[in-house]
Amino acid sequence: MIYPNKKIEKELIVKSSTDNLAQVREFTRKAAEESGFPEETVGKIILAVDEACTNIIKHAYKYSPEGKIVISIKFDSTIFSISIIDEGIHFNPNTVPEPNIVEYYKKKKIGGLGIFLMKKLMDDVKYSTITGNKNQVILVKYLTQ
Amino acid sequence: MADFNVNLRGVGSVSVIDVNGYLDAHTAPELENVFNKLLDGKNYRVVVNFNDLKYISSAGLGVFMAYVETMRENKGDIKFSNMKESVYNIFDLLGFPILYEFYKDENEAVQKFNELGLS
Repeated sequence: MIYPNKKIEKELIVKSSTDNLAQVREFTRKAAEESGFPEETVGKIILAVDEACTNIIKHAYKYSPEGKIVISIKFDSTIFSISIIDEGIHFNPNTVPEPNIVEYYKKKKIGGLGIFLMKKLMDDVKYSTITGNKNQVILVKYLTQ
Repeated sequence: MADFNVNLRGVGSVSVIDVNGYLDAHTAPELENVFNKLLDGKNYRVVVNFNDLKYISSAGLGVFMAYVETMRENKGDIKFSNMKESVYNIFDLLGFPILYEFYKDENEAVQKFNELGLS
């Protein structure tokens, strides 16, 4: 039971290896369950966070496993917000076109599905550059009664 | 530490891939290896049985996108069976049902290939 306006914060720092995705999902699951989301929504949040971290590993750090990924989750009775920060190559999501599955098939294109999924799964997805030339993506899901 | 297993077996002229556990960017290469093996052996009729798959991310979906056309160019296909609703919903979000056949049961999917006859 979450009391109104009582903010809970959790943080996980991992290296940019796909080996750590399972740990990231487990961390996200615990927080999302604690916030009281139904199982289906918990699943959506876990997948969105996985996609964000996978994108960072692939594009920001180009599969170098020594990069740092900081995942911070904050929630209260109304909002569940995940901030994911990296220090890799800057990523502009606006340059990623929305995928059309039939076009993908024709072109044998296999990337770019992750960001589309994140937008579908979450209520809000915001990319920005923050102090120290770091990249931040914030994923938001609202808790509705 | 991600828990994923993939197993390949033959059912007549069809290759059935059983996927088990968590299919993400870390484990997707294991599935790619199986598809490469199928191409090496010129096996183009594939059913993927999702009965024991608990989780899939876009990295896993991308594997099917990468191989399906080659299979079809060689008179084969990749068909899906025994998928949990939570996993199907992810395929559905990305529009996969337009391009792929989904079956409740593995036998139905295998049968579909057999109806086409041996080529």
